Amino acid sequence: MSALDTIGVGGELAGPLPRPAELPTAPPAGGPPAGHAAHEPTSVVVLEEAWPAAKRRTGRVLVPRSVRRMTGPLLLLALWFLVTATGLVSARTLANPIDVAKAFWELAETGELTRHLWVSLKRVVVGLALGVSSGVALAVLAGLFRLGDDIVDSAVQMLRTVPVLGLVPLFMVWFGIGEEPKIALITIGTLFPVYVNTYAGIRGVDAKLVEAATTFGVGRWGLIRQVILPGALPNFLVGLRFSLTASWLILIVAEQLNTREGLGYLVNEARVWFRTDIIVLTLVIYAVIGLALDGGVRLLERRLLAWRRGFAAR
Amino acid sequence: MSTTDQPSQRPVVVGRDVGRSFDGRSIYSGIDLDIHADEFVALLGRSGTGKSTLLRALAGLDDGYDGSVLVPAARSVVFQEPRLLPWRRVRANVELGLPRGGRRRALATGALAEVGLTERAGAWPVTLSGGEAQRVALARALVREPQLLLLDEPFGALDALTRLKMHGLLRELCRRHRPAVLLVTHDVDEAIALADRVLVLDGGRFVVDRRVALDHPRDRSEPAFGALRAELLEQLGVQIGERAA
Repeated sequence: MSALDTIGVGGELAGPLPRPAELPTAPPAGGPPAGHAAHEPTSVVVLEEAWPAAKRRTGRVLVPRSVRRMTGPLLLLALWFLVTATGLVSARTLANPIDVAKAFWELAETGELTRHLWVSLKRVVVGLALGVSSGVALAVLAGLFRLGDDIVDSAVQMLRTVPVLGLVPLFMVWFGIGEEPKIALITIGTLFPVYVNTYAGIRGVDAKLVEAATTFGVGRWGLIRQVILPGALPNFLVGLRFSLTASWLILIVAEQLNTREGLGYLVNEARVWFRTDIIVLTLVIYAVIGLALDGGVRLLERRLLAWRRGFAAR
Repeated sequence: MSTTDQPSQRPVVVGRDVGRSFDGRSIYSGIDLDIHADEFVALLGRSGTGKSTLLRALAGLDDGYDGSVLVPAARSVVFQEPRLLPWRRVRANVELGLPRGGRRRALATGALAEVGLTERAGAWPVTLSGGEAQRVALARALVREPQLLLLDEPFGALDALTRLKMHGLLRELCRRHRPAVLLVTHDVDEAIALADRVLVLDGGRFVVDRRVALDHPRDRSEPAFGALRAELLEQLGVQIGERAA
């Protein structure tokens, strides 16, 4: 009952401690806040419940969070259906969801969709692999060695300011209109985010950890492998996510260039024939792949960065 | 263990005319320091007197000292922060830097058992409490059987209760492994409770070099303990004369 002991400030409440029922209650709403009464000569301390029981959080949720989060997208889908099915928006402007689904089956059945999808995926994967690996290699070089830092970092920081898509004409001159300029664009576009983040990660590794490892006889290579690279991993993964986003963005533009295959070709053909259903379908596919890749990196993060939150993922 | 145990005279640290200055400002100079095998030395000093700097020189982490510092190759450091690699589980942290081989795992397991953390061998460092993390750091230091154990305010960040428990654990571990110890601390009680010898660094030199002739376990309420505490505090510039008689 230590709370009750504090009543009677100033010694005015000299008698036995009052029962809770006899305690003065809070003034009605609109009165001065209880805390401000302290300086008044009366020594009556008004007590109130810190958080009224009726207003406390119960932790009960009527609708699960996941369901609530689905509501927004579903409403959007319904709106799309409504404006297209009622003819408010013509099919030439925007196909309705059912037509898009039909276009999907049509293209999937003929195997055309798989063929184009495969070509696009290959471009992204090859470009990403080249861009991410060279980004990491450059970051390691610049992050670990003073000479590498002086030479590599300034150069990369300079090149980084060039907008990737501005390189399109130059790359077409250099590589023609085949696969090479597309892959080269994706390589360049994905290299920088990985480089910048990994470099920052390497530089941000706690020097105290490096020092401690040194005192326990860990050599230079061991430091890189056991301390510096694992320490830079969180930043690398951030860079990887940026790179994934960049790779699809660049792919879409790159596939507008003279091409006979790929999702971009599919879109271009659809545009010529006013097939908005196929255009929307392609956009949906881009979105789904983007989501899947992002989810993949998140899964990777959960596994590789389990140590951050400490759950026992094995 | 009693004070009649004389430390053997085999030197483990030989410092001669040791000095250190930063940007021309001298922190200390002309210091001679000898620590013998089995000896537990506590180094006290006000903040900024350079006690940690001296420890770093002994640890081989300082490339800018003057004079000569001879130390054994087998030495370990426990820092004020545990400095565990957060991405390695507890046992892997203890194994850090140990030579590869079948014995490595057994050594680490044994060291964790010694500090009472067998259960946490597979845990991530982030899940450990401050005291547990520091015990892992102790295990990591002792698993390589150091001839010189350097402790840089290892209990400074712990709460008072945990610190007392750690004192007992440290004494027990030192009794078993018998390394020479240099403990840098600003806690006078800690120094008296643990050390065979107390040094006070002030104004760039040792102003106190005193053997602690008290039996273990040392009772902090004993008059001799209190007298030594008052003496050391005075050397550290703390006046406790107004204390009730």
